[in-house]
Amino acid sequence: MTLLTVSNLSLSIHGLHILDGVTFSVDPGEIVAVTGESGSGKSMTALAAMQLLPKGTTTTGHIMLGDDDLTQMSEAALCNMRGNDIGMVFQEPMTALNPVQSIGRQVAETIRVHDSSISRAEAEARAAETLERVGLPQERFPLSRFPHELSGGQRQRVVIAIAIALRPRLLIADEPTTALDVTTQAQILQLLTRLAREDGMGLLMITHDLAVVADMADRIIVMRKGQIVEQGETQSLLHNMQHPYTKMLFDASRHEVNLPEAPAPVPLLEVKDVCRDYRLPRKTLFGQPGQFRAVDNVSFTLNRGERLGLVGESGCGKSTLTRAILGLEPVQEGSILLDGEPVFTGTKPNLNVRRKLQVVFQDPFGSFNPRHRVDRLVTEPFHLLDTPPQGAERTRAIDEALTAVGLRPKDARKYIHEFSGGQRQRIAIARALIIRPELILFDEAVSALDVSVRAQILDLLADLCGHYDLTYLFISHDLSVVRSVTDRVLVMKSGQIVEAGETAKVFDAPQHAYTQALIAAAPVLPDLSQATG
Amino acid sequence: MLRYTAKRFLSLLISLAVASLVIFVVIEVAPGDPASFMLGMNAQPETLAALRTELGLDQSRLDRYLAWVGGMLTGDFGTSYTYRTPVTEMIGDRLWVSVPLAIYALALSIIVAFPAGIYAASRRGGAGDIGVMGATQLGVAVPNFWFAMILVLIFSINLRWFSAGGFVGWDKGLWAGLHALTLPAIALALPQAAILARVMRSSLLDVLGEDFMRTARAKGLTARQALWRHGLRNALIPVLTIIGLQFSFLLAGSIIIEQVFYLPGLGRLVFQSISARDLIVVESVVMLLVFSVIVVNFLVDLAYAAVDPRLRART
Repeated sequence: MTLLTVSNLSLSIHGLHILDGVTFSVDPGEIVAVTGESGSGKSMTALAAMQLLPKGTTTTGHIMLGDDDLTQMSEAALCNMRGNDIGMVFQEPMTALNPVQSIGRQVAETIRVHDSSISRAEAEARAAETLERVGLPQERFPLSRFPHELSGGQRQRVVIAIAIALRPRLLIADEPTTALDVTTQAQILQLLTRLAREDGMGLLMITHDLAVVADMADRIIVMRKGQIVEQGETQSLLHNMQHPYTKMLFDASRHEVNLPEAPAPVPLLEVKDVCRDYRLPRKTLFGQPGQFRAVDNVSFTLNRGERLGLVGESGCGKSTLTRAILGLEPVQEGSILLDGEPVFTGTKPNLNVRRKLQVVFQDPFGSFNPRHRVDRLVTEPFHLLDTPPQGAERTRAIDEALTAVGLRPKDARKYIHEFSGGQRQRIAIARALIIRPELILFDEAVSALDVSVRAQILDLLADLCGHYDLTYLFISHDLSVVRSVTDRVLVMKSGQIVEAGETAKVFDAPQHAYTQALIAAAPVLPDLSQATG
Repeated sequence: MLRYTAKRFLSLLISLAVASLVIFVVIEVAPGDPASFMLGMNAQPETLAALRTELGLDQSRLDRYLAWVGGMLTGDFGTSYTYRTPVTEMIGDRLWVSVPLAIYALALSIIVAFPAGIYAASRRGGAGDIGVMGATQLGVAVPNFWFAMILVLIFSINLRWFSAGGFVGWDKGLWAGLHALTLPAIALALPQAAILARVMRSSLLDVLGEDFMRTARAKGLTARQALWRHGLRNALIPVLTIIGLQFSFLLAGSIIIEQVFYLPGLGRLVFQSISARDLIVVESVVMLLVFSVIVVNFLVDLAYAAVDPRLRART
């Protein structure tokens, strides 16, 4: 008998259609993945199953959990159902826990809120057991710990403990690993799979990442603009994709670009024995403050026309190194030279060098001033020039930069909110290109984008490499992207570069144990050409 | 937690030292002769000389500062020039009115503001929210002396529930004292309650949008339970800041209300001393107010740490 049956579910918020005739089911013990790009309605589907919908939502259709129709239930009955029959895990573990309550209390609360006859001590004992089950043993993670004392992966385990404390029949996980590093992601996915199998619990997994679900889900549901375009058992769906959208998603996920040949090696950026220390707070009132070495003795050379990748997990020092290269902060030891000149002189960045460097950041929404028009935004780097172009020359530069990234010159008079995420990232690239820099830093520049948009941006990069002889440093946690758009790659861990080499070689035959672990943990799409469908 | 407290306490001592120095410099060392300022334009030279000696103006500035600070530390604020009584006594009498009045007003403000803010936040955009927000708008806008006069008109003159002014003293009993302070406390509390309710509402609304509130709902808490168990404590930090500021303000900022109700409080003392050019009293009261502001801030810091474990960990 099926556990969850969603039939003909349509949903609109203040008249805006979000879901349209969604029908699917989840069996006990089954792992069902819902995938699609942003705006496909996958998260709203999850929230509908919890009946935690925003105000102003109207729904039609049915959501049956066993014999109960959730759309017809009273709020009191729903509260009783949530946490008891259905548990939910969310995307952002850093904010999903109450910061002022201990983890023990938060897990125990799930137990006590559904059965007030259970004593506090008993609830805490059961909370301890549950935390143990999700891999947080009491010796190291006592109930009295607060969320801020745990890492992202550990916090996600607490959120999972809250959701499964009462052994619900169904667990809904909405992008549970999107905010986590690849090795942590692999552990959390394993944990979720194990829990589903052990308890015979249905698992409804919402994710944008096809690779994540390809080897874990029993069935896959592909959504687009509020509709299910295709669903079926994982293997047969992947080997026999019917809908063009599914094919597009699959292809975009493992999109590879053709980079033009890199020219003969002439050093452009030379990073030599660089160390960057941060002061830690004092341990005692008059004691010496401690030091934290975020970048530890890093050396590498980036040649003109070369595309270099930098991979590593959060906290490995990638961003600190990026800031040092941009000359935003001084380094304590070593030197960073661009074209033979230091990027940082005395107490400030060297302007001569700064104008040869540009950067594209991750967040296409936060990296623009919303009150400026596009022409003003893309010409921001002009302040680095001694004689910035004026009048017609300026207009020509803007037109050229916008055209180069696939936008139209008339977009120059628009505001940033009129563009989609992918278009904004194009504008960010136009802003970087406009002064023809020698080197561009891409700091997680495609991480926030949908796969189809990401593929377009990567194509654009490859295209620009041909036209502008781009040299770039591509910083990312996403190994598949780095593999596709770089010639050489550096692997960073705890402030040090543990492995460096040609991208293809490093990925095919990693030497360092950490690189091996990283590559093993990264989810990959199955190679369909070799399997039988 | 201990280290946090010690650190806050150290910063309290430093703030006090700096504040005393600033007040001393501004009032005593700044250009102009305090004695001739106090006595006015037409003072006799002999009187001036006598006052200078009395004030210790013939001594060095450092000696004067140390004597002033040393005196305060032992509870001796000097003697009022106009009233010829020890300043310590004068201030002490006034504090018995001003401190209870400030606490009373703040308590009223909290009692009204918390439920109003919580109610408005939990009914965001609804009629209740609009009603509460409209009322707080009015509360902020109405001048409190006018509101005080309306209160007197209704409750003293028409209904005769309260006397129109004056203070009977605490020796008549706690109830009589509180009764006399009720109307002034209400008049003082109105704008404070309105501000506090608005802060409470917006702080709570911020928290209600947080991810952990969704986690709370997902584990089966009702909206109301989630608000009380997870929302309130997180919303409290900005509210505590405002409460701290309000208390400091209420202690000294009630000059007008004290005038309206004819209360012998600190505000009136400052007002009278300034009119009488009694620098010694002004200086002492200002120092006392600064002291109370700094102490209240210290207590607010401790309250932050009690509410938020992240602050306890960070030292």
